[in-house]
Amino acid sequence: MALVDRISGALDSGPGGVILTSVDALINWARGQSLWAFPMGTACCAMELIAASFSKFDFDRMGTFPRPDPRHTDVMILAGTITEKMRPAVRRLYEQMPDPKWVVAMGNCTVSGGIFYYDTYSVVRGADEFLPVDVYVAGCPPRPESLQDAIIQLRRLVAEESIAPGRRHEQTTTLPRPKAGGDR
Amino acid sequence: MTPDEMAALLERITAHNPRLHPLFSLEFGDAVVGVERAELFATAADLRDAGFDRLGMVTAVDRDEVFVLVYRLHSRSLSAAIFLKTLVPRDDAWVASLVELWPAALWQEREVFDLFGIHFEGHPDLRRILLPDDFVGHPLRKDYDDPRLIRRPDYI
Amino acid sequence: MAVSVESRNLVSAPDGGSREELVVNVGPSHPSTHGVGRVIVHLDGDIVVKAEPVIGYLHRGIEKMAENRTYLQVVPLTDRLDYVGSMYANWAYCRAVERLAGIAVPERAEYLRVIVCELQRIASHMMGIGASAADTGAFTFFIYAFDQRERIIELFERLCGARLTYNYVRPGGVSFDAPQGWTQDVLAFTKAFRAAAADLDRLFFGNVIARGRMKGIGVLSADDAVAWGASGPTARASGVNWDLRKHDPYSVYPRMDFDVVVGERGDAYDRGRCRLLECVESCRIIDQAISQMHPGPVRTEGLPRLLQPRPGEAYDHIESARGSLGVYLVSDGSVRPYRMHVRSPAFCNLALLPLLAEGHTLSDLVVVLGSLDPVFGEVDR
Repeated sequence: MALVDRISGALDSGPGGVILTSVDALINWARGQSLWAFPMGTACCAMELIAASFSKFDFDRMGTFPRPDPRHTDVMILAGTITEKMRPAVRRLYEQMPDPKWVVAMGNCTVSGGIFYYDTYSVVRGADEFLPVDVYVAGCPPRPESLQDAIIQLRRLVAEESIAPGRRHEQTTTLPRPKAGGDR
Repeated sequence: MTPDEMAALLERITAHNPRLHPLFSLEFGDAVVGVERAELFATAADLRDAGFDRLGMVTAVDRDEVFVLVYRLHSRSLSAAIFLKTLVPRDDAWVASLVELWPAALWQEREVFDLFGIHFEGHPDLRRILLPDDFVGHPLRKDYDDPRLIRRPDYI
Repeated sequence: MAVSVESRNLVSAPDGGSREELVVNVGPSHPSTHGVGRVIVHLDGDIVVKAEPVIGYLHRGIEKMAENRTYLQVVPLTDRLDYVGSMYANWAYCRAVERLAGIAVPERAEYLRVIVCELQRIASHMMGIGASAADTGAFTFFIYAFDQRERIIELFERLCGARLTYNYVRPGGVSFDAPQGWTQDVLAFTKAFRAAAADLDRLFFGNVIARGRMKGIGVLSADDAVAWGASGPTARASGVNWDLRKHDPYSVYPRMDFDVVVGERGDAYDRGRCRLLECVESCRIIDQAISQMHPGPVRTEGLPRLLQPRPGEAYDHIESARGSLGVYLVSDGSVRPYRMHVRSPAFCNLALLPLLAEGHTLSDLVVVLGSLDPVFGEVDR
């Protein structure tokens, strides 16, 4: 029902071409319902990421399915502290993901450095220093429900995207997407 | 161990080994013995033969002009543990490696090398272990400074 | 990135010819490295000639950070060390502080510490053997084991409000007393867990595939375990009967009646099964602790917020799920530690990987790595 509602809604009030808007609605609906996640679990938050995927919280019912291969996934969930030593690996994994792709920064470490902001010589202060982050989840670590809420927020973001050239959803961050084939 | 047992152990160890001398009092409950840097390896070998079959911990403390190297040895047969300490001058920071005696030192000495810049003579594979190979400096030294490091405001 | 072939080298073989050596990079993001571990593997065919772990991808500099925090402010940092078993690092650190500052701990707090740490041991072992079972393909077991872990986390959440980073054990006691009805629920859990442990044992360790994958893999001799500084279930599976709770007893453990689980062969199977059997012993300890516990204060009265121990140094250790976890603290008389060092059992156990993986196939490498149960927050600190 939801799909029919969405498409008929687009037909009634869509600002662009009727057919193109419908295709957008269809594609975004499909994309938003099965956001396969790349679990970039580096530290403590990875435990909550696992907990979110397992029976009690059950991420699968939201179509979010963790795949350890970046080439199969749509959204990278950055769970845990990113150190300077890890940064090139995270960036390379991001580049290996096919477009369109989104990034969820889970936990204070990936939002701003969190508890590791001061006095440390090896921690990247926030994943948005080198990746375009779409959704930030605060918490140290965030509860699994927070992560699930982040996916719901991400669906809203996905629903605003368009496949039409020039009408692509602009990234909320001003950071450029890294070029493919960067450093390792 | 009770303090009496520990004092007896200290006396037993130091009586047989003139190189060792009790360094610190036992107020915190640990038996500590000190040794000259040049005699570290021989002393450690003696202690291993005396039953300290386990090297629990290797670390260092930056005391301005010297580094204090701290080894924690443990013996199951004596059911005892002691700390072995030696001083290393900051401008000539090297010490003999104990990898030959306890392979447990393999990674722990690499860690001390990485974070303090103390060279372990005779270590088979002395490279950085925790930090990237191109990292400059040794961060656990008290005089380490890094422009990326943001000091925490002192509001306690 | 997960697994990539780095190079093919021709090396001379003992028979005078040459063979091709394949250098394969596993990690630092790989589902079987349990975090951000990385192993550079030299392969001859499918046989591991040399495995070289590369660590430090989670080195956050906690020891340096502690030098600019007051003694109480370091406790949350210790949570993030071993994030599968936060209570242990809390406790080890607090014991070192208490020794340094000469703080006595109320009896009820000691009992609560023992109860939470034994619950934590079960939770940590469920994660450890569950994840290593998933590496061998037994994903169902992982979900069953994680279910038990989730129940413990719910108990912790009721106790201190957090699911993972508890900050529960504080210098001089614990942060909160157990809420009403909590101990009964813990007893109900241990009762249910005993039955579940028997199921888990049958489900995985009785399984012919698990036996085939794990028996005889990564055999560690007792002498090597001692010489390499291995501790915890990794050493005990090799027959080294050494458990700090028994052999260097601390807190109220001398009043507890429990057995140290010791393995025979020292292979990956024994290491895994030792962990599971230890959980049942933990249930025994929890039951005794709850029956011995009396109402009373849980935090030393009149303790200043700003601890200022006299100059000196202290070391204290506890038996964590991974082995003997020690904290070495140096005080210069100020309100901040002059130096803190964490003697990490996971770090020392992981150093065994090259020794254990050599001569096995690449698929057995992940079994060996899983059986060492590394947590990279603690390995890298």
